[in-house]
Amino acid sequence: MNLTDKEVRYVADLANLRLSDEEVRRMSEDLGQILTHIEQLNELDTTEVEPMAQVLFGEDEIATLREDVPRRPLGNEDALANAAASSAGYFTVPKVIER
Amino acid sequence: MQIPESIPSLTISLIRDGLASKAYTATDLANAVLAFAQSENAATNAYLTFSLERALKAAAKVDAQIASGRYAGTLAGVPIAVKDVIVTKGLRTTCGSHILQDYIPPYDATAVFRLEAEGAIIIGKTNCDEFAMGSSNENSAFGPVRNPKALDRVPGGSSGGSAAAVAQGTAVVALGSDTGGSIRQPASFCGVVGVTPTYGRVSRYGLTAFASSLDHIGPFARNVEDSATVLQAIAGRDDFDSTSAFTPVDDYHALMKHPVRGLKLGLPREYFEGLGAETGDVVHAAIQQLQALGCELQEISLPHTKYALSCYYIIATAEASSNLARYDGVRYTTRNDGETLSDMYRNTRGCGFGAEVKRRIMLGTYVLSAGYYEAYYRKAQQVRTLVTRDFSNAFEEVDAIIAPVSPFPAFKIGAKIDDPLAMYLSDVYTLTGDLSGVPCMSVPCGESREGLPIGLQISTRHFDEATMFRLAYNYEQSIAR
Repeated sequence: MNLTDKEVRYVADLANLRLSDEEVRRMSEDLGQILTHIEQLNELDTTEVEPMAQVLFGEDEIATLREDVPRRPLGNEDALANAAASSAGYFTVPKVIER
Repeated sequence: MQIPESIPSLTISLIRDGLASKAYTATDLANAVLAFAQSENAATNAYLTFSLERALKAAAKVDAQIASGRYAGTLAGVPIAVKDVIVTKGLRTTCGSHILQDYIPPYDATAVFRLEAEGAIIIGKTNCDEFAMGSSNENSAFGPVRNPKALDRVPGGSSGGSAAAVAQGTAVVALGSDTGGSIRQPASFCGVVGVTPTYGRVSRYGLTAFASSLDHIGPFARNVEDSATVLQAIAGRDDFDSTSAFTPVDDYHALMKHPVRGLKLGLPREYFEGLGAETGDVVHAAIQQLQALGCELQEISLPHTKYALSCYYIIATAEASSNLARYDGVRYTTRNDGETLSDMYRNTRGCGFGAEVKRRIMLGTYVLSAGYYEAYYRKAQQVRTLVTRDFSNAFEEVDAIIAPVSPFPAFKIGAKIDDPLAMYLSDVYTLTGDLSGVPCMSVPCGESREGLPIGLQISTRHFDEATMFRLAYNYEQSIAR
């Protein structure tokens, strides 16, 4: 099974990855090889089998919700400390909205 | 004051005695281990960052507590290394990636917090495969880690740096992470103990997410007891991680000292079929030793083993593609500019991520994309149920599953890097543990004819780390020279 360059570029766009032409070519081969191997899952009859999103434990063992009690937030300064670019308490990014 | 023991032979109990008898202080020990670690690092590249200030501050606190007769913790003065996918407040955390090479976390992972609360001394952050994706530590943006037992070979991955540090003696214990085998396999390759606890046993808060339903934090040590001490300190419910379990944490030290006579051990035929003699002979000798200790052996089947690799590489990459979407040039330091926002995202991620990370993000994006979701992702989730059922069925008959960790010992650096699928096949025996969430560990059980370490894998029921440690400890003690 091989992915075409066009399919690779489409997926790269979905993933927001810039790939060089050489990377696209390599990716097409590598992904093709892996996807071919993965086809073996079709050997298995999984009708009636529940999909498993994660390891499930009983209610006594985990609880996904906690009490709605506010906690101290990280704070603006700490949150912006690793910003690539920031200004006036915000992360700044290239213009999104065209005038 | 001089440290009387050789640094690589230090254990938690030797340190406890050394501090109690005032042979040395925690500050002496921290200085000595830091100096040793720094001098050895050129050979293995195990560490990416040393934390002198933090270590000496923690050591001073331990010394002050001891001096005033206060209890200083179960890990007082113990030098520990932390894999660089685990955040440490104020201490650079790179995840082995260029995209985070300047990232300074504003918080500590819960596991880090708990270790320091028990007096542990963090001496540095260890090298790893980028974002924990790899089986050889060759995918780090900061150079590969070399196996201290054979410098032309890989230490295993992705927690290669942590395994190497413990094997080399530049840390007494270390934290690693395991998503597909990243603790057990490097433990096996480097000849140290590596523990992957039950999913949810240790909080993932502060573990940079790779695959959230598969990620675990766990300890490396040079002996079973030390690995249990570390797990004891970090295990238990954390409100910051809703997937962490309320299940009480057993007293591992007490329970592991019980004899193993009468325990039923399952040997899964799928893990031994086609296993080369180089590894097979050593693992079989270990199994015979367990039998000599009174364990009963039984052949079992985990019939869906051969599908685990495909299942894992769909689920893990799908989850990774989602988790790594956040590295987009906005909040986490690195940015490569672009005219539009979209260009900026694509340039940043195209430049900042290495080849393996990109490969996995691409695969994950593909299997989740419209038209493919059912065929791949949903199918893989169903297969995961089948893999997990294999384990619960097996545990109706046996108390533990014994198997090799890896089909082969440490391979040469560069041997598999150009063949992604061949690299992925290194993990065939470890992936199933992550998919099913059962606790597993690797304990050293011998060497190949070339002198390369080989580990024995022990897996038990969910939350039954006590039996797992019991088997490992009894085995280890019975072969101690």
